[in-house]
Amino acid sequence: MTVAIVFALLVVGSVVFSLVSPWWFTPLASNWGTIDTTLIITFMITGVVFCALVLFMAYSMFRFRHREGIRAGYEPESGKLELWLTGLTSVGIAAMLAPGLVVWKDYVTVPPDAATVEVMGQQWGWAFRFPGADGVLGAVDPMRIDADNPFGLNPDDPHGGDDVLVEGGEVRLPVGKPVKLLLRSVDVLHDFYVPQFRAKMDLVPGMVTYFWFTPTVTGNFEILCAELCGVGHSAMRGTVVVVEPDAHQPWLDEYPTFAQAVRDTALAEAVRQGNSMNQ
Amino acid sequence: MTIFGTLAAKPWLESGSGEFPPSGRLRIPTGRLGLIFFLIVISVLFVLLGTAYVMRMGFGDWVPLDEPPVLWLNTLALVLSSAAFQGAWIGVRRNRPAGATAGLYAGGLFAALFLAGQLVAWRQLDGLGYYVASNPANTFFYLLSALHGLHLLGGMAAWGRAAARLRHAGSAAELRPAVELCALYWHFLLVVWLALFGLLLADNGGADAVLQPLPHGMH
Amino acid sequence: MAQTAIPTGTYDDTDHDEDLGDGHHEPRSFITKYIWSQDHKVIAIQYSITAMAVGLIALVLSWLMRMQIGFPGSLPFIDPERYLQFVTMHGMIMVVYLLTALFLGGFGNYLIPLMIGARDMVFPYVNMLSYWVYLLAVLVLVASFFVPGGPTGAGWTLYPPQAILPGTAGRDWGIILMLVSLIIFVVAFTMGGLNYVTTILQARTRGMTMMRLPLTVWGIFVATILGLLAFPALFVSGLMMLLDRVLLTSFFMPTITSLGERLSYGGGSPLLFQHLFWFFGHPEVYIVALPGFGIVSDLISTHARKNIFGYRMMVWALLAIGVLSFVVWAHHMYVSGMNPYFGFFFATTTLIIAVPTALKVYNWVLTLWQADIHFTVPMLFSLAFILTFVSGGMSGLFLGNVVVDVPLSDTYFVVAHFHMVMGVAPVLVIFGAIYHWFPKVTGRMLNDALGKFHFWVTFLGTYAIFFPMHYLGFVGIPRRYHDFEGIAFIPDSARELNAFITVAALVVGAAQLVFLFNMAWSGFRGRPAGSNPWNATTLEWQTPETPPGHGNWGPRQPVVYRWAYDYSVPDAEQDFLPQNYPRPAGDGLNPEAPPEQGGLLR
Repeated sequence: MTVAIVFALLVVGSVVFSLVSPWWFTPLASNWGTIDTTLIITFMITGVVFCALVLFMAYSMFRFRHREGIRAGYEPESGKLELWLTGLTSVGIAAMLAPGLVVWKDYVTVPPDAATVEVMGQQWGWAFRFPGADGVLGAVDPMRIDADNPFGLNPDDPHGGDDVLVEGGEVRLPVGKPVKLLLRSVDVLHDFYVPQFRAKMDLVPGMVTYFWFTPTVTGNFEILCAELCGVGHSAMRGTVVVVEPDAHQPWLDEYPTFAQAVRDTALAEAVRQGNSMNQ
Repeated sequence: MTIFGTLAAKPWLESGSGEFPPSGRLRIPTGRLGLIFFLIVISVLFVLLGTAYVMRMGFGDWVPLDEPPVLWLNTLALVLSSAAFQGAWIGVRRNRPAGATAGLYAGGLFAALFLAGQLVAWRQLDGLGYYVASNPANTFFYLLSALHGLHLLGGMAAWGRAAARLRHAGSAAELRPAVELCALYWHFLLVVWLALFGLLLADNGGADAVLQPLPHGMH
Repeated sequence: MAQTAIPTGTYDDTDHDEDLGDGHHEPRSFITKYIWSQDHKVIAIQYSITAMAVGLIALVLSWLMRMQIGFPGSLPFIDPERYLQFVTMHGMIMVVYLLTALFLGGFGNYLIPLMIGARDMVFPYVNMLSYWVYLLAVLVLVASFFVPGGPTGAGWTLYPPQAILPGTAGRDWGIILMLVSLIIFVVAFTMGGLNYVTTILQARTRGMTMMRLPLTVWGIFVATILGLLAFPALFVSGLMMLLDRVLLTSFFMPTITSLGERLSYGGGSPLLFQHLFWFFGHPEVYIVALPGFGIVSDLISTHARKNIFGYRMMVWALLAIGVLSFVVWAHHMYVSGMNPYFGFFFATTTLIIAVPTALKVYNWVLTLWQADIHFTVPMLFSLAFILTFVSGGMSGLFLGNVVVDVPLSDTYFVVAHFHMVMGVAPVLVIFGAIYHWFPKVTGRMLNDALGKFHFWVTFLGTYAIFFPMHYLGFVGIPRRYHDFEGIAFIPDSARELNAFITVAALVVGAAQLVFLFNMAWSGFRGRPAGSNPWNATTLEWQTPETPPGHGNWGPRQPVVYRWAYDYSVPDAEQDFLPQNYPRPAGDGLNPEAPPEQGGLLR
């Protein structure tokens, strides 16, 4: 009896909570509004089903509570009813799944004009590599990664020399331009996660993973790591600064290319020769 | 009754006809059914490892190992062991105690030979520089053969119990359940070994061609 | 409820019974009776007590981590390392060592033979070994708290490379003990599991056809099969990672530069581990859920005095869920970097599995329609289970639908979801089941007032913890964070909400102590229960002794004449007919058609 009322109150409370909750998504700053839309569709369908089921339960509990002299009905099954329920459930499921799959198709299909940027994760910080003037990222080999060559670039690859290396955890991206992030990790799993962009993906050592998005709002956004990566996991932060397109190149020019980075240190030259002999 | 027939029954309408209504238990000795479930579990174990083997093979740094010739002898020993257990099984079925005893002892002996031979194979591989961690092909060989050997070792324990009981068994029929289970288990482990050995031989075709480790290229 | 003496069917099994193998004699000394016991009931109690004891550790760990989240820095000894160790051990203990062990080792052991009318498991010796090996696994797990470096802090998923590299707590010893313990656990589970399935198939008493089995037994049966097929994957992945850690092999380890140092690993794949792990891990969710589904079906039916609605559909749904649970595993890996096209397949299978699951929920709810509901403590817990499970199931539809998972994965939404669906929901079933079967196990009722108090605090408290937590996930707050210092997008109000959740968690945890007290006190001082206090139909309530003696049935095993749900049968004298209640002579069948009046839809 009490429990019937409490169930009904829980439904009301949950709905009210959802309506007045100050806790909701951060304002969207990328093209992935469709993800939010799919989520809202799912929210609506599941919310209605949850409320309907629990209210029906509460009503049944109230109406069919034990009273002296009244016996329960006897009805082993009803094929027709269960067929209806299966059908309705399937429709509801399809209504959630279909838009989900359509948006997922977009998620895995990178637009041909997307700019490529590499994200490199390591315990516990972020670094970035731009393809430079030739628009092509140079070949890399995790065996070459060390203090002087944190990206493991192959010095013999002509595409690598003009790659721009951005260390320090801050990256700038032009607003309105689709960008494909290629993700690599030096050590363990990480996950490139900017809540405002909605999209995210793991960085896996030994592999290159990717995802794409188009920043739509200028400003500073925090990069968090969303895959447990050791004791420093919660401190693995970075920043994406989304800037006007014409402000992007000047910023990038402040950073050294791989060729410059190598030329600047005598040690690096030796490393380079050593690596060449290893071939 | 078929499975689907069973599952379609409406239990609230069924009559409890007769004094002893049927329970529908399977017509198979309980011990054997338990063993069959166990064999299914072991199959899953080896199938998963086999899948991992094939996946890992494709990652580029795989250098197949030269299987030591002693493995062929070991395989022969295991085949003979299995055959001996089959003989023992036939012996207890036809109530020929002498045949059963001989089969049981021979089966255990050949199984012990197989295990000893596997140890020899390990030593030879180790001597040739195929260390556990130096290549995934080596690791998989050691891991798979060790797991298989452990299962056989467990079977040897059951075999030991059966052999011990052999002394004071009045008739061959008394031993029948134990011998049946041993025979079934041995046949199964033979099949597993043949599959593992086949996997090992299958990736060996181009061993010489791929001796150089591939570069760790990316992109 | 008045107890009625009912004539029941039995048969003398002394000549027929072949399943009690040699060596299964009446125990003579204290040691063989309570320690090295081969009696399924004693083994069940051993399993349950061990599982609950280790569960207490998990409870304390959850308090500690909630303190750090709700009131950061208030317990200064909780540094990031310790925090992650608490998270890891809490998760692992709850999922494997408590829920799996309690549902199958505890309830499975106790209920299977009694519910199917058997005298014991078919392999009692192996059954006993299963418990002792499980205890060994628990001891190895607990030992990891006392080794240098402490237990592993890799998260309960133990993802490599992180789990075995420096930079993660417990990398030296903790992870080794963790993996060894899991491997031992799998061995223990296999020994128990073989017993459960074989017993259910082969030891059913006369008349107990498969479709007359109570749904509890069906749930345990399907869950055990899932376990037997899924646990080898955990065994394999654990063993391979152990080799990677100890012998420096490279199953899962690619070329890695760890904290500035090049390691000797190369060529392995971290994703291979994830596939193996979740090939175990997703069925594991159902290994925990299906026994709960079965138990809750029986509790609802008994306490609502009405047959479970759609029994056949319930069985089919269990089987369908069991089969489908092996083709959905990669929905845990949508953002893992696996081939993104897998997402289409796994999102579809995952959402399809919602259909049979939803049907089960409908049938529970429809059982309440036209029922005669007694709001006993077991019933309250069952009703709370449905609400909680529906809530957790709904949030599962978010996470299963691949693209919606992207923003929510690895946030508190996931934490809230899996706690609702496979934390709180199964635990509510366990409580309901303990209140329901405690009278059979001990012969005494649990105290009702304490039970109701325990129920309300637990039910409302857990809802207060996990319902708002979904919204922290919407905000985007990532999980497994020691602190949220300096993260600008998290509003201050979220910190206040976290403090509230922590307070609720402390209260809920404290209420469990009341429950423990109730069990200890009622075990000795509780009201004597009689043999069938709930007027239930299933066989375990029809034993000649309560608690059931060795061999369960005295000289004569019961004979089953009807299904498990003959509650409120029209024209019957009392509102329940036990399964071993003979049918009237000359009448083979119940009425062909259900009564005209009432009925939901025809």
